[in-house]
Amino acid sequence: MSEKIELTLNINGRDHAIKVEPRRTLADAIREDCGQTGTHIGCEHGVCGACTVIVDGAPVRSCLMFAGQAEGKTIRTVEGLAKGDDLHPMQQAFIDHHGLQCGFCTPGFLMLAVGVLEREPNISDEDLIDVLSSNLCRCTGYQNIIKAVRAAAQEMRK
Amino acid sequence: MSARDQHTKGSGLTWVGRAMRRVEDPALVTGQGRFTADLPAVHWVRFLRSPNAAGKIESIKAPDGALVITATDLKGVKPILPMLHKFNYKPVGQPILADGEVRFVGEPVAAIVAASEEEAEDIADEVELVIGDGTPLVDSLDALKPGAPQIHKEAPGNVILEGKIKTPDFDNVWKTAHKVIKVDARSRRQNATPMEARAAHAAYDLSTGRVTLTCTTQMPHLTRTAIADVLGMPESDLRVIAPDVGGGFGQKMSLASEYVVLVWLAKKLKSSVGWTEDRRENLIASFHSRDQYLTLEGAFDKDAKLIALRFDIVSNIGAYSCFPTTCGVEPLMALAEMPGPYDVRQYDARARGVITNTCTMAPYRGVSRPTITFTLERLMDKAARAFGLEPVDIRRKNLIDKFPYMSAAGLKFDEGTYKQTLEMAVATIDLPAFRKRQHEARKQGRYLGVGFATFSERTGYGSPAFAARGMEITPGWETVHITVDPSGFIEARIGSSPHGQGLRTTLAQIIADELGVDPQMIKVIHGDTDRAPYGWGTFASRSLVISGGATLIAARKVRAKLIKLASHLLEAAPEDIVLEQGHANVTGTDRSVSIAKLAREAYTQTHRFGGEIEPGMTEAGTYDPPGTFSNACHAAIVEVDIETGRATVEKFVVAEDAGKIINPMIADGQVHGGVAQGIGNALLEEIIYDDQGAPLTATLADFLPPTAHEIPPIEMHHIETDSTESITKAKGLGEGGLIGAPAAVINAINDALSPFNIVIDEMPATPQRVRAALRKAESAT
Repeated sequence: MSEKIELTLNINGRDHAIKVEPRRTLADAIREDCGQTGTHIGCEHGVCGACTVIVDGAPVRSCLMFAGQAEGKTIRTVEGLAKGDDLHPMQQAFIDHHGLQCGFCTPGFLMLAVGVLEREPNISDEDLIDVLSSNLCRCTGYQNIIKAVRAAAQEMRK
Repeated sequence: MSARDQHTKGSGLTWVGRAMRRVEDPALVTGQGRFTADLPAVHWVRFLRSPNAAGKIESIKAPDGALVITATDLKGVKPILPMLHKFNYKPVGQPILADGEVRFVGEPVAAIVAASEEEAEDIADEVELVIGDGTPLVDSLDALKPGAPQIHKEAPGNVILEGKIKTPDFDNVWKTAHKVIKVDARSRRQNATPMEARAAHAAYDLSTGRVTLTCTTQMPHLTRTAIADVLGMPESDLRVIAPDVGGGFGQKMSLASEYVVLVWLAKKLKSSVGWTEDRRENLIASFHSRDQYLTLEGAFDKDAKLIALRFDIVSNIGAYSCFPTTCGVEPLMALAEMPGPYDVRQYDARARGVITNTCTMAPYRGVSRPTITFTLERLMDKAARAFGLEPVDIRRKNLIDKFPYMSAAGLKFDEGTYKQTLEMAVATIDLPAFRKRQHEARKQGRYLGVGFATFSERTGYGSPAFAARGMEITPGWETVHITVDPSGFIEARIGSSPHGQGLRTTLAQIIADELGVDPQMIKVIHGDTDRAPYGWGTFASRSLVISGGATLIAARKVRAKLIKLASHLLEAAPEDIVLEQGHANVTGTDRSVSIAKLAREAYTQTHRFGGEIEPGMTEAGTYDPPGTFSNACHAAIVEVDIETGRATVEKFVVAEDAGKIINPMIADGQVHGGVAQGIGNALLEEIIYDDQGAPLTATLADFLPPTAHEIPPIEMHHIETDSTESITKAKGLGEGGLIGAPAAVINAINDALSPFNIVIDEMPATPQRVRAALRKAESAT
């Protein structure tokens, strides 16, 4: 075990001052040190995308980033998507189009889709499938995730 | 009055049958779901797992000062001992931690306890584990060879069970065959791969001495029973909670020995202990399935009518027998269900379960039906070719169409639409147009194929079906308790344990119609042994049928009581009272009382009912149905790249009949997910061991669940044949998507490659296997 370092993570606009080992991943820091358990860990080797969060505007696998690398950056997680009781259009679309079943991969898909659509609001259908194929879901067969993201994309362009 | 109320008021519309949004979703899309790994703990556990597939444990040396638990510490803890009283089953025990020897790579040998997961992992790296040389058996056929090492002393020849069926006239009929067609099918090993791997958290309560185990299980009550048995503790001292569970697909049905260790540690340390499985552990050491050799011969008469089936299955069950189903679950389901939806009167079958030095087999969505459907549908396609028929035509000749139908293996099929769903799928594909397109494409060196799979899905079967297998535990019935509380809100407590199926929504729809209330008034409580009545859980496409049936029975009793109370208060005959819009109304009058008021008075004003009505408002319903068969036809169009061997599914059609649909949105979602797993099973997913029993597929970059790229749009068509064997008229549909898809996809690959005269009877049909078959064909010409 190595000496802990002090760092501050800005998650959903709030600073969290934490002390972690340098090897602490961002995913573990978000969940265990900052108490934001909405971000899930599915594989810890960067394949499944369940831990996707938005760092400085880009979707990243938080299991492949050290907490220390995220200091000074803006981190957004699923807990920050809704404004009070008003759901983000992506969250509402996942409910309306049955884009989730067990809900474990859902936060990762939401952050992936929101992160990409904020950068590329007019993304083509084909590119969207490319993007969504970077995360794994075992329940939905992707049918309704794709429908939900397309519907939310329209809503977000308004 | 809300828009929804207006929709139901006087419109004759009901909540059942509507695509109501799920009540589960708001928490899950906002990050407020509560999964096991979200819980904080004082102590964390890392399991040291065997790196060897076989051998005696010579020594385990822990670093000084570390808390490392091994089998020698677990004195008095019994092994897990699943039991089957038929089929020459040999009971073999599974020690909670490897005791003296190891039997597969990944078997837990020691539990390391530390203040954090990282620290426990660091200590695990320092434990010195010495295992003597052993001779691992990986393939079930090797384990069957004379002189093979014996993995458990209780099971000579490594055969743990053997089941046989033979109809009396089989030999006579077999002799009359015009043609006999044979399939030697191989199904490779797979892992159900829920996105949430397994996790457990056990907390000791100092004031009561009770332990609360929160874990990723599909069966909380049976987990409690089993752990109490193994640890020799009163069941009342253990509470099991299944919080939000991130998918299971059968893998979270079986008892994990790791959970037993967690409860034992919480008691020993009088504290809280957590364990979160990593993906490697899940892939190599949770539970596997589908590692089978299936040999099927079909005897056909001159009109291509199937007259007899001969079947042999060797099922690799891994190192131990899973609890509670036992390892009989795969071979015995295959034995009973192989004839599928075809009318064949003569059947001769043998099913064996064989022990090997591999990860233990357990149920995975569909259990053996994806593999037997694959084998049977390959047989039908091969027979069609031998008779010069379209695959569709041989199915038209042989599918059952008179109900109830008693199968040669003794299963009773209720009313279904096997031929109708086939015709729906064929019409959707437009077969003549496809054949033309296929012909044109071949001229350009493109290889398209179409494949069909027609199948039955036995769902919602109660305890007699499990008793027929000789199971010591027959997880058939379900109980539901419904309470209208004094505030007028309704709580349904169920023994089932959904983990993504949306049962909190669908059961509320059933209750809402029965009691004339809005589903928002209803909360469905599950997954907590302190809160819910004893029940079996969610698996085997059973919950909507069985827990739904129990819900309806309980709701009818509550309804009767509400009407009785209302008839007292309103001084009207019970038959004149209707429940609607949250009120009991006397028809044709303006006399009315709210259900909330009735409920309140049932607790607080009992004297008004003249002692005729029991105080309170809780009713129980229990349901144990015989089972009902859903059916479907799947059709796939694939294109095979003959240079790379890669098959791409271009179109996928499902025509299905699952009886009355309670929530069409949720029903379609179940089918979508099943089909996607089926396409993964057909093309990608394979757990591979080397010849020493070392797993080579220990990451999600090696074991490949499909992504959005591999799954085409799934086109769905429905028929709703009300089930006579289910009081809600619903049939189950959780597994069907996965049962048909592998057969449809691999039949399509074979169709695409028919110009090369090659046959692929193996799943998954990976690019390597397709290329190998093509190379073999090329070198033969």
